[in-house]
Amino acid sequence: MAETKISIEKLYKIFGPRPQSVLAAVQQGMSKQELLEEHDHVLGLKDINIEVSAREISVIMGLSGSGKSTLIRHINRLIEPTSGRIMVNGRDVLAMTREELIEVRRHSISMVFQRFGLHVHKTVAENAAYGLAIQGMPIGEAKQQSRKWLDRVGLSGFENHYPSQLSGGMQQRVGLARALATDADILLMDEPFSALDPLIRTDMQQVLLGLQEELHKTIVFITHDLDEALRLGDSIAILRDGALIQQGNPQDIILHPADDYIFDFVKDINRGRVIEARSVMTPGEGIDGPSVAHNLVLDEALQAVSAAGTDRAKVVDGEGKAIGSISLKQIIDAMARPAEESEQEARYR
Amino acid sequence: MESLIEFPSMDRQNLRDLKKAIDGGFRDFSREFGEMLENFFEPLLRFLVLFEKLLIAAPWPVIILVIAGLAWLGSRSRTVVAGSVLSFLAIGYFGMWQDTMSTLAIISVATLLCIAVGIPLGILMARSDRMQTAITPVLDIMQTIPAFVYLIPVVMLLGIGKVPGLIAVCIYAIPPIVRLTNLGIRLVEKEALEAADAFGADYRQKLFGVQIPLALPNIFAGVNQTIMMALSMVVIASMIGVAGLGVPVLRSISNQYLALGLMNGLAIVALAIIFDRVSQRFGQRLQRHREGVDHG
Repeated sequence: MAETKISIEKLYKIFGPRPQSVLAAVQQGMSKQELLEEHDHVLGLKDINIEVSAREISVIMGLSGSGKSTLIRHINRLIEPTSGRIMVNGRDVLAMTREELIEVRRHSISMVFQRFGLHVHKTVAENAAYGLAIQGMPIGEAKQQSRKWLDRVGLSGFENHYPSQLSGGMQQRVGLARALATDADILLMDEPFSALDPLIRTDMQQVLLGLQEELHKTIVFITHDLDEALRLGDSIAILRDGALIQQGNPQDIILHPADDYIFDFVKDINRGRVIEARSVMTPGEGIDGPSVAHNLVLDEALQAVSAAGTDRAKVVDGEGKAIGSISLKQIIDAMARPAEESEQEARYR
Repeated sequence: MESLIEFPSMDRQNLRDLKKAIDGGFRDFSREFGEMLENFFEPLLRFLVLFEKLLIAAPWPVIILVIAGLAWLGSRSRTVVAGSVLSFLAIGYFGMWQDTMSTLAIISVATLLCIAVGIPLGILMARSDRMQTAITPVLDIMQTIPAFVYLIPVVMLLGIGKVPGLIAVCIYAIPPIVRLTNLGIRLVEKEALEAADAFGADYRQKLFGVQIPLALPNIFAGVNQTIMMALSMVVIASMIGVAGLGVPVLRSISNQYLALGLMNGLAIVALAIIFDRVSQRFGQRLQRHREGVDHG
């Protein structure tokens, strides 16, 4: 497995005047409802354990109020936890002094915000240079260095505009350039594309994927949109009411939803465009016939197999070696929208 | 029944003793420290006197040119510049030039002093809720207590003259700039600050790079209010020996000179309008970045 870049252990966050006084009760399983009614505290996060692999996009998904924005802010300690441990690059974030924390925020972790968080009194160039300027770099030099990131996100020529003169999508490109300019290898993205129009959002997802192919940052990406999670995520963690209910790769989550809640999430997505051949194939020796790549999505596998005029194909890995076989029936079964009480779901209940 | 109609007040003798004790205590205090305070304010007095002399001694066309230049720098508006020049020409023509220069001197110095003290105080207030709770009632007192009441201790301490006048003006005029600096900083968007935090900005970087620049429109509204309130204190300040437009106004009150009072009063109004328009336009120009075209 890939090396672990960020690990969060037994993280609890309780909002209220005296969170420590109710921590023990929560750790023993007091419910969110009970906590609110009897102790007037709000449960933010409950027993979160996550490992984020280096150089991957880890998506944390949940609806509003699930605690996902709270969770991501613990990684750079914009929010103090009630209890737990947060390790970044092997160092305990909670044990850091103010100065050490500032160093980490300046050099190792950068962040992109849902509502952009740009400084409206600064130009685009000054905003992009902000992280470098905070590190102490003279503003002229900082602007010069961050310029290539503005170019990279497609904002050349807008350097002297103010954020209010740009559209939402362009403002978020500034936010992205600002985050990339510091060369931090961890990028926290808090619903960065949620405030954008659907078309612009898809656009920005492509921008991000393109950048990631080159930069291999460790990205923690928050979203409430499953399609976005599936498109971007190397792994997905699903959060509900402050608790993690499933973690895994996208294929896993679609094929084996952990409970009704996740099942409801995944039942309406276009399975043919997400599920890959390797996830439904029969592993083993290949058979004669057409071959499909292991990471081909079912839509395309279906086309390939049916175009070849057969009903079975062999699945090959990246080097062209056969790793299994797949039949038309397998493909079609997997693409069909699961029934409310499917066998699969019942099995994972 | 008697005791319910008559409020059970402190008996007269004790009350008199209490007042005497307070008066005596303050008199002793002013004897002890009056001179020290006077020495402390000496540089301020010298600066004020020098500035006033400079304004009065300078040839009037130069002053008008400087006024026009400052108005242009602040407002970039021809109307405001023309209005300022015309007002000053009229003031000079009706024989109020020297008094106006004196008033201009004390208002400028008072405003600078209020800015120098008020903005840091506002910043301090924005830093913690406790500080805000502590300072707010003091500001309330400064704004509402009748000016004559705090003139008494100020005169007892420093006598009659420019410095006590200046202090009286500042006591009355400083609250708006403190309040609006505090408000402006507190109104800065949380997102902008969170971004600064996330990129590792320390307190100074947040204050000077984000909070103050974003609070500037409010801070400028505070400066504007401070100038207006300082001008409205001109007459009261003249009661304790501050030269300027307030002196003839005071004279016209006691002698019922309608024309004299009206002219000098209108001169104060003219100064107020000029200061107001110039500083407001300047404040608006600081917000240029907010006027962007919204592409939706």
